[in-house]
Parts: sequence; structure tokens; C-alpha cells
Amino acid sequence: MEENHLSHTCEFLLIGGSAGSLEVLFRLLPLLRADLPFPVALVLHRRNSGDSTLSGLLASKTSNPTQEVEDKEPVTPGTIYLAPADYHLLIERDRTFSLDYSEKINFSRPSIDVTFESAAEVYGPGLVAILLSGANEDGTGGLTAVKQAGGTAVVQNPDTAQMPFMPHYALTHLPIDHVFDTMEMASFINSLT
Amino acid sequence: MIEEDDIDLLLNDLFDLYGYDFTRYSRASLKRRIIRLCSLDKFPSFAELRYRVRNDPSYLKRLVEEVTVNVTEMFRDPAFYKSLREEVLPVLGTKPFIRIWHAGCSTGEEVYSMAILLKEANLLRRSLLYATDLNPSVLEKVRKGIFPLGLMKQYSESYITSGGTRDFSSYYTAQYGQAKFDNELSEKIIISTHNLVSDSSFNEFDLILCRNVLIYFDKELQDRVLKLFDASLGTLGYLALGTKETLKFSAVQHKFKQLNREKIWKKII
Repeated sequence: MEENHLSHTCEFLLIGGSAGSLEVLFRLLPLLRADLPFPVALVLHRRNSGDSTLSGLLASKTSNPTQEVEDKEPVTPGTIYLAPADYHLLIERDRTFSLDYSEKINFSRPSIDVTFESAAEVYGPGLVAILLSGANEDGTGGLTAVKQAGGTAVVQNPDTAQMPFMPHYALTHLPIDHVFDTMEMASFINSLT
Repeated sequence: MIEEDDIDLLLNDLFDLYGYDFTRYSRASLKRRIIRLCSLDKFPSFAELRYRVRNDPSYLKRLVEEVTVNVTEMFRDPAFYKSLREEVLPVLGTKPFIRIWHAGCSTGEEVYSMAILLKEANLLRRSLLYATDLNPSVLEKVRKGIFPLGLMKQYSESYITSGGTRDFSSYYTAQYGQAKFDNELSEKIIISTHNLVSDSSFNEFDLILCRNVLIYFDKELQDRVLKLFDASLGTLGYLALGTKETLKFSAVQHKFKQLNREKIWKKII
């Protein structure tokens, strides 16, 4: 799959993860270049307490500006966004974020499927979506929508995942473009333009 | 696959035929709700949904109920309720009479939470809680004050975190898997349909709560609704929004001062 490393265009990078994904992000974020030319959004399953220490922790791992999404905020290149706890994160056609407190999907709010599907409609082939470790089916429906819209689907190599179920479930349900460990993921992201 | 143009057609129908204006709702969320409704009610295509809407006025109720989000809970964000208890109610308590508006109250869990706070501050007897929503069927649930018993454990924990010290189960009677909240609470709640998009101010309030409603509106509609709240608040009245909602960047922001870390503002002009 190395041949696909030649500069692939990315308008928006999404990373979804559940149990075992934080460790990956803590190792991945410091490896990313400092001036990412595209926006990044992280959709992570976490406890729905109002505390925002997670965005602070993630911010400490990267020199790219990192923050929790505010409702109706424009999606700005170079920024790493974190979906707020207990809200679904959606993308509007005018490339602003919307929040939604509707029913949980796959027992999750935020649901990775909801964000991936919504972004696929807006960004189409310009979307790159990565699914990390987790013990849940969330994300597979989203990756399917990303692929249907012409985007790129990436999963963490289940062998390297603390919880292999989530990336493995995606692998068995749709053709995935790339299966990466953390180092490969970092160089792939850094090669995107 | 539902196209953007299809959504526009449906929204035009809803406005022309029934006067419901969803055109300034957040489109991404609204579209998901419409797709969800198509699948829930097993419409083979979007055209069938549209045909039903145009030709069966009785279906409107169902559509409005499912297209709007009616997920809510008691004492959601306990720190917010703690702040109401400790910082807002003592000030409201200096007034002879307290009027509170829950705008977009859905099934009323937050209204009953507020009534409990007022009771514990000994203010319930001189308070009135106006509970409004565009959706008549959710208001029926507010009127009854009956919620699933299975959720009481979680609500009780949030109640305690919000600073509640009583036995939460003393506020309801359990029967047939349901918890029926005391009449003492419900008789202070005035229920009415009100559409934030099209209806105007109907009273002057000391506190307006509108939590997790504005996120479903676009910026322009948010601004319009915030002006409506401003026009419905007395001087030094309070406005409370959801955790991820803000007055920042709105036309009325200079008239308000944020109280603390919670999303509560005091009207200063």
C-alpha cells in the first residue's frame, strides 16, 4: 500500500476512536507536523461528564491549535477539533460545525457514524477518515458512507489495537484503503496535502 | 438518498400548508431526522413521505414530533443546577413573585427539576413556571409529570450532585414502572404551545431557560430567538442556555453579563 503515499489531497481529516484509542492519539499527535494544511476532528467515546480536561491533554501533545468544538463554529484548516462529550457532531454545507443532542447511535453520543456520514456528504472525495481501537460497531457505517462519497477509509491495524473489535469489524464489512500502525498513520497524515 | 432540493420542497410544503417554518433549522441535523423518519415509518422513497405530508394533515403531528429532537433528562449538567440553586434563586427570592419560562421544554424533565429547586428554596408557592414547546404531544407529558421509573436512579444521582439533600424519591409516587411527580410541582407549571420561530413574546420573565434548543437553529435564527428572549426578560433577569450554546457574537450580547462558568447570563441593560 506504500504506493498510495504519494501526496493525496485531504480537505478534512476525521479520526474516530473508542476504548484504547486515547493511547494511540497520545503517541500519534506529537508525530504530526506543526502546520497541518487541513482541519482535523476527533470523535471519541468518553464519559459524559462536563469536564474538558481531555481537550487540554490532547492540546499538550501537539503544536497545532486544539479545542473542543463550539456550536456553529467554522471548520478552520490547521485546527484539531474535539467533539464535545454527550453531543453528536455534524458538519453543515457551509463547512461549519453543528451539535445535536438526539438519541444515542450505537450506544454512543458522540457517534462516529454520525460525524463520518455527515462529513462525507459535505467533503466527498476530499475526506480522509481513520478508525482506531474500540469495542463497539460504531464507525463502520460511517466509513461506508465515506467510501461511497469517494473519500479515503483508514483503520488502525487490529493487531496493534488495544481493542481490535472496532477496526476489525470495519475491515470485514467494507474495502478499506489503508491498514496502519501508529507510525505508518503519522507518515500518511504528514504526506497529505 | 435524499437530495438537498428534496428537503427544500418538503420544508416549503410544511410552511405553505401548515405554517411550520423549519427553513432556518440546522440543515445537517434536520436532514438526518427526515431520513430517520423515512426509515421509521417505512416510506419506500422520499416522494412517498412528501405525498403523505401533503395529503394527510393528521400525519403532521407525527412528523413534527420526530423531526424535532425531544431528548432531555432531569438535572442534566448538575453543576448548572447547583449554580441556579446557589447564585440565581437567592436573588430571585427577593422578588414578591417569580416568573420562569422554559422555552422548548420538550417532555418537561428540566421543568420539574426547576420546580424541585424552587420548592427546596421555599419559593415554589410564589413562582410560576411557563413550559412551552412547538410540539403539542410532548406538552401532554409535561402536564402528566410521569417519567420512566428506571431513570430515577440516574436522576437521583444528578439531583444529589446538584446540591440536593433530600430523598429524591419523596418527590414522586412509583407505580407500574412509572414515576408520577407530585401535584404540588405540576400545579405551578403552565403549559402552552409556542413556536420560537414564528411566535412573539408573551410575558415578562425573571428567568428564561432554553437549553439545547438553539443548537438546532442556524446563526440567523439563533440571533432572532435571542432577541425574543431579551424582549421577554425584565431588567436584571437571567437567561440560561445549554453547555455548548453561547450569547457571544449575538446582537444582544452587550446587554448581558455571564455569571460564571455555567451558561447563565444576567441582563444588565
